[in-house]
Amino acid sequence: MPINLYIFVSLALFAIGVIGVLTRRNVIIIFMCIELMLNAVNLLLVAFSKMHLAEMAAKLPGATNNGVDGQLFVFFIMVVAAAEVTVGLAIIVMMYRNVHSVDVNFLNRLKN
Amino acid sequence: MNAIIFSAVFGVLLMFSSFLFQNKSTQRNIAIVAIVLLLLANFAEQFGIWRIQVNNHGMLHFSSFGLLFNSIAIGITGLYFLLSGKDIEAIDSGSPADYYALIFFILCGVAVSSAYNSLLMLFIGIEIISIPLYILTGSDKRNLKSNEAALKYFLMGSFSTGIMLMGITLIYGAKATFNIDQITEMVHPGREAWFNAGLLLLLISLAFKVSAAPFHFWTPDVYDGAPTVFTSFMATIVKAAVFVAFIRLYATVFSASKYDWRLILSIIVAATLFIGNITAIFQQSVKRMLAYSSIAQAGFMLFALYAYNGISKEGLILYTFGYSVATVGIFAVLGRMKDYTFEGFNGLARTQPILAATTSIFLLSLAGIPLTIGFFSKYYMLAAAVKNGGHLWLVFFAILCAVVSVYYYFRVIQSMYFKTGDADTPFVTPLFKWTLVAMAAIVILLGLFPNLLLQYLYF
Repeated sequence: MPINLYIFVSLALFAIGVIGVLTRRNVIIIFMCIELMLNAVNLLLVAFSKMHLAEMAAKLPGATNNGVDGQLFVFFIMVVAAAEVTVGLAIIVMMYRNVHSVDVNFLNRLKN
Repeated sequence: MNAIIFSAVFGVLLMFSSFLFQNKSTQRNIAIVAIVLLLLANFAEQFGIWRIQVNNHGMLHFSSFGLLFNSIAIGITGLYFLLSGKDIEAIDSGSPADYYALIFFILCGVAVSSAYNSLLMLFIGIEIISIPLYILTGSDKRNLKSNEAALKYFLMGSFSTGIMLMGITLIYGAKATFNIDQITEMVHPGREAWFNAGLLLLLISLAFKVSAAPFHFWTPDVYDGAPTVFTSFMATIVKAAVFVAFIRLYATVFSASKYDWRLILSIIVAATLFIGNITAIFQQSVKRMLAYSSIAQAGFMLFALYAYNGISKEGLILYTFGYSVATVGIFAVLGRMKDYTFEGFNGLARTQPILAATTSIFLLSLAGIPLTIGFFSKYYMLAAAVKNGGHLWLVFFAILCAVVSVYYYFRVIQSMYFKTGDADTPFVTPLFKWTLVAMAAIVILLGLFPNLLLQYLYF
């Protein structure tokens, strides 16, 4: 499959994520949209990784390790995303205990 | 490498020390000892005496700039512990050792992001800084403002992380590597568009992190809502660390692009200076004024990127040091006040003359009055821009904004000295006073002889 299709799909996912963050009011949904952005990045990284491997293998036969750092990056993103989820859900639960709502429209006490 | 390893180890040790030592002041003493050891370990590496050798496969690169910045960050954190230890203990949820541990983890992130040589390490460093900060922002669990600030910071922070990752991925697509040195060498003419798109996304996300306009809107709310002790840390060391990461990225990766980024940067600088300074004038609360002033100071620090050369590197070191010392000092005094409005400071000069005098020196330094370090740091930034030539209007605009900033900084001094009131600060220990006096002395000493600090840049 040509790389353009992968780029198209992952940019579409990324755009859905960004639009979701900017327009949705429910914290959990915003949170899911951020995860969607990260997963779009993961997809693109893996696609690029395969692309670089194929390109290098065409130039130098026997180069099997090229592009592996892109796939490694995906693992780092997963770990960091998991760490963010633990902290983020804790913050959401903490807020829910105090205001009994997960709507960001409640977040206006600091404005004045 | 010393700073990264030791800060992580001390962080874990402090985390467990809350089981062993229930006494709050013991925990604080352990934290202070640990930060002194960390500073010594970093000095040992900086002066080439001893360092832990780890083969990092070119992922990290330790330069004298990064190591000097680590020393500054660790040293100021030490001063911050001395000043604000009592305020950290006053937060009612959790034991203070947990917060000290989180601060050590942030310092680990600072050390990573001042030494990265691969975009992977940039991402890891920024995340190690951010995630503990979300927790610190929300540490006042029963306070709704703190909750709100934590949630807002978390959502904005992870949103900008997503943008940054997309930028890194596009750069990887164009250049087939994450290594900064190889990115500048690799040329692939057909993929210049991916590369530039990636750089733009990276620029946006880092502008988010350093709270540069137009991505600054979360800053006042988060700084206002977070407990004052942690606002002080967030506004100084963390912001400076992101700037150090940013300038390294700008000097290497951005220069590999054919596009001239200076136009976009000059717009960001002008907007940041304008919005920060003008909005700060209209604030009623000193804490919120300091939040806007930190945006305005970020505008000045962005000059280091806009006019990247030798002078601007020296200037950034001086600026981060001067700004951090002064802001930590002001926040420490502010944290002891009962009333955070300007009126709350009325008559402080009569009740607490030493606090009022040192706060005035810090405010003068932030405003950039001569004989303080703030003057020289602003001077270096503008001199760098003048040396590079072009866009001189930005320099004049920055000077104009610095003049505006004098107004809101002097309002605090006016309240303290020329208005009558009964501002008082409970529990001021001699240690607190003398630390403030020492910091004020540093501000003036480096304002007279900035080379005392800058000589360490050239080893």
